[in-house]
Amino acid sequence: MKRLSSACAAAALLLTAGAALPARADAARDAILTAYAAEAQREDSGFTGFDAARGRALYMGPHTGGKAETPACATCHTPDPTRSGQHQKTGRSIDPMAVSANPARFTNATDVEKRFSRDCPAVLGRACTAREKGDFITYLTGKP
Amino acid sequence: MIRIPALTAAAAVLCLSALPGLANEMERVPPVTHPATQKECGECHMAFQPGLLPAQSWNRIMDGLADHFGDNASLPADAVADIRAYLTANAGRGDGTLLRITEQRWFVHEHRKRHLGNRAKSFADCQACHQDAARGLYEDD
Repeated sequence: MKRLSSACAAAALLLTAGAALPARADAARDAILTAYAAEAQREDSGFTGFDAARGRALYMGPHTGGKAETPACATCHTPDPTRSGQHQKTGRSIDPMAVSANPARFTNATDVEKRFSRDCPAVLGRACTAREKGDFITYLTGKP
Repeated sequence: MIRIPALTAAAAVLCLSALPGLANEMERVPPVTHPATQKECGECHMAFQPGLLPAQSWNRIMDGLADHFGDNASLPADAVADIRAYLTANAGRGDGTLLRITEQRWFVHEHRKRHLGNRAKSFADCQACHQDAARGLYEDD
């Protein structure tokens, strides 16, 4: 009986954890977007919100100014962000960028900033603006 | 009847069995056990085992992350120190003036007859040919 009740407790815990995980991930992503929105507002007083279409254009490129081998995010992450990508040089597999395929995406602010700080110069030849970062995350969060 | 002293026989067996081990000492290396190394290095390539390079090479790599073989692999100073400590404490042998594992003499020797073909983008992609490379097992060639 005791074993049964502890098994039930474990099952209940699993159920709540299962339900809580995506919610926590969504909350973390929302917090990151909120911070970028505040920064975008400071960068441009005319900022009215993030836009998935602009994010898609940024993702697909092609851009000039960065490295010749990486003219777009899609170069490594593939034009379909629900698929796994591949590091341009090493061939290392990259987990999908679309949240629908990879719910852990954009849930750690430090990691998100690290990737933008490395990849924007490689693709664009400059840092991304807060608006671009928010557009990018908005596109990949909404992509089915 | 000539009697071979037991000790000599044992030594001969030991030498024979040790020889292949010596020739292929890099075919089994201790796997990465440090989470930060696994995470940060493993983001862009397999997190190479510390035993694959000498400490001097690891130090120079960790000094130059802003231009890591042409890529920006910068990390916060505390992460650099943490990963450097793990890599150098568990470093292997080799030529400390060479930064690339693929330039180390043993590597060049082991791969001298190998061609990547369509299997891998570069020799940095160990797992393209060595399925268990992430666990430090490179015997499967």
